[in-house]
Amino acid sequence: MSKHTFNIQHETAWCPGCGNFSILDCLKTALEELDKDPYEILMVAGIGQAAKTPQYIDSNYFCGLHGRALPAAAAAKIANDTLTVIINTGDGDSYGEGGNHFLHNIRRNVDITHFVHDNQVYGLTKGQSSPTTDEGQVMDVQVDGNIIEPLNPVLTAIAAGAGFVARAFSGNKVHLVSMMKQAIEYKGYALVDIFQPCVSFNKVNTFAYYNQRVYELDDRYNSGNKTAALVKAMEHGDKIPIGVIYKESKKTYHQKNSVLKNGGPLLDRKTKPAEIGKLIKEFI
Amino acid sequence: MYNLLIGGAAGQGIDTTAAILEMLLKKSGYNVFTSRDFMSRIRGGHNFSLIRFGTEIIKSHSNRLDGIIALNNETVEIHKTELNPKGFILCDAKIDSDDHRTIKIDMEGIAKKIGNPKVAGTVAIGAVLKLFSEKIDSVKDVLKSFVKADYLDVNIEAITEGFDVAENRFPHLKGKFSDHMILSGNNALTLGAIASGLKFYSAYPMSPSTSIMEYLASKGVEMDIVVEQAEDEIAAINMAIGASFAGARAMTGTSGGGFSLMVEGLGLSGMTEIPLVVVDAQRPGPVTGFPTRTEQSDLKFVISASQGEFPRMVIALRHHEDAFYQTIRAFNIAEKYQIPVIILTDQYLADASATIKPFELDDIDIINPAGKKDYDGEYLRYKLTKDGVSPRLIPGKSRNFVTADSDEHDECGWITESADMRIKMMDKRMIKLDKLKLELQEPEFIGPESFDILLLGWGSTYGPIKEAVEILNKGYGKKPNLKFSALVFGDVYPLPQKLLKEKAAKASRIVNVEQNATGQLAGLIREHTGIECTSNILKYDGRQISGEEIADRAMEVSFK
Repeated sequence: MSKHTFNIQHETAWCPGCGNFSILDCLKTALEELDKDPYEILMVAGIGQAAKTPQYIDSNYFCGLHGRALPAAAAAKIANDTLTVIINTGDGDSYGEGGNHFLHNIRRNVDITHFVHDNQVYGLTKGQSSPTTDEGQVMDVQVDGNIIEPLNPVLTAIAAGAGFVARAFSGNKVHLVSMMKQAIEYKGYALVDIFQPCVSFNKVNTFAYYNQRVYELDDRYNSGNKTAALVKAMEHGDKIPIGVIYKESKKTYHQKNSVLKNGGPLLDRKTKPAEIGKLIKEFI
Repeated sequence: MYNLLIGGAAGQGIDTTAAILEMLLKKSGYNVFTSRDFMSRIRGGHNFSLIRFGTEIIKSHSNRLDGIIALNNETVEIHKTELNPKGFILCDAKIDSDDHRTIKIDMEGIAKKIGNPKVAGTVAIGAVLKLFSEKIDSVKDVLKSFVKADYLDVNIEAITEGFDVAENRFPHLKGKFSDHMILSGNNALTLGAIASGLKFYSAYPMSPSTSIMEYLASKGVEMDIVVEQAEDEIAAINMAIGASFAGARAMTGTSGGGFSLMVEGLGLSGMTEIPLVVVDAQRPGPVTGFPTRTEQSDLKFVISASQGEFPRMVIALRHHEDAFYQTIRAFNIAEKYQIPVIILTDQYLADASATIKPFELDDIDIINPAGKKDYDGEYLRYKLTKDGVSPRLIPGKSRNFVTADSDEHDECGWITESADMRIKMMDKRMIKLDKLKLELQEPEFIGPESFDILLLGWGSTYGPIKEAVEILNKGYGKKPNLKFSALVFGDVYPLPQKLLKEKAAKASRIVNVEQNATGQLAGLIREHTGIECTSNILKYDGRQISGEEIADRAMEVSFK
């Protein structure tokens, strides 16, 4: 049993039946099972219903701007690599407002973990299409049905070079805990796209919808084969795979950055006056 | 004092030629000031540097030339009207100039002869040194820091050849500046940031701020500084905030266009009370504007940028000493009050080199990022305090949770919608503006205590305004009895008012001198003090106003 618990007594802003509750439970379980010290956890989020997760877990947190969780999280990890940095935020935040940061933080490969609560809808603004909303779905703004093709985040992440890409479902808690633990332990940027029903604003992608379609990848699937992973990532219809779609060991930002690869955490390094004196002399 | 112009097309090495020459002249004892005027292109066009040097302290450029070093025809055509009757035009034999002041040297021929056509510009350096009766024995030491080892010998040969074909014309003046530094405004600013203990810099390349990132990157390993080129300016500011939250001293830098993208991040720093230093190296806008030129038109923008209300400080850099010492002060104020501090510079100051005393490190106090100590009892990151400043801890460095939320929050950092807490938190943050007023530095007063006309300026027009005051008080034009003084602001927000009110009360006329179209400082002064400027001298053509130009225009507006 873990030394720590991550429970906090705080009223949530989520609707009864929201997938966020089980994602939060699983996250606490994953952290406890990994025996993480709450004081060394930094939870980072953008804005949205999913992005309130850090408020409901006993840890340090940084709830920043909509779409901008990744840059802040990556920089916090660069500043202090003894922190375990975990991002919890939604599909709109991660793939819409933060789309550019999603692509480039995959490339940056800082050792951070990105959990996307993907309910395929904008919840906090009450029911507009998100980057992962299915084509044809009628929404508050998309009154004739969504005419924009959805983004496949898993496929995009693999194509962009992510070293750990997984998919999970909030309704399968044992599996989700396993995905979370693997993602947190992975050295580098790790994405887990988590299907999550929105009981208030998405009447299409319901608990039953996901429950009927998702199936767990088993041992016969080789998550180290990129071509096969791209094909698997495109499997998105009556059957949708959940599990580690792609995994590869890659050098992290810290391992490659010539300042960070030697020496301790960046924030503990002191600037020496003699060194500054040397720089000044170069201009004389 | 002498004033030289080196001009040519982009790609001809104007910048390097000027950099080598300014260092050689400085080492010889001169005080040197070099301003850079270049186009937004990689090849062709017309670029030039103005190198002004003498035995007194020089803080600005002048457009009255003693010599033109022309690497192309265009340079001669554009600038010969600015040349002193006794001046010279030094150019390659191939250049078409029938002006009687022309000195032609077969630079290309010499360069080819010694085996590298690219060193034609270096031949010109040798010739200039001879014209000004300099010696060339220390050339090798200087060249070492500008050219790669493989090209050292050929460049020394080029200088020697150029030196040998020219003649002494101007006497060497004995200056006392050989032990001074010569560096650009951006390099001085960057050194200030390094001296403040900077550990993380994130930015997206944008003129004229890019040289900050480049200089930092070149010293990253040596000084333990991570420089991250972000995917955009939004990422750049959010990264700087994330790093600062986690305990690494952080800065971001950009120009007005990038600052526009950073605006929401600025509010995040204000709301979450995370120290942040942002550099805005101004250039003419709106939008892309004049990418490589100068302006002071972001003042009102940065003062009010981002939605809502939160405390911030804006410091405008006036000169190279400011660039170093005020940057350190910006970090200290950001840390002390847990606010964003914006440093305003511009292309003129960013790229111009000046000769200044080596920076003093002994007297500098650095306020370090938040402590690591544990708190007795409950730790509240946003504890309500009298001075608005709450205990800042670094996450992971104590047995306390450190929080930040862009939503309105309570003392713990939890989201709240309480009307009462909203008022308390707003008041806690906004009271810092009152506390900041105690930190303010009054503008620099220049000129006689007893005066008629008061000139007002801010930032990089400091040098030109100072020179204008000297010119005007030396008996300029037909009314020499009129006396001029000036106030030049460094701190611009909150606006220091004491000296302004005192001097304004004594002035018969107040004239604001600004490098923008609307008189933004004058507007700010009117808003905060009710003091109205009588007339203004505004310039927004992308070229820095000179002391002579201010003097001319000050005379015009003083008798209207």
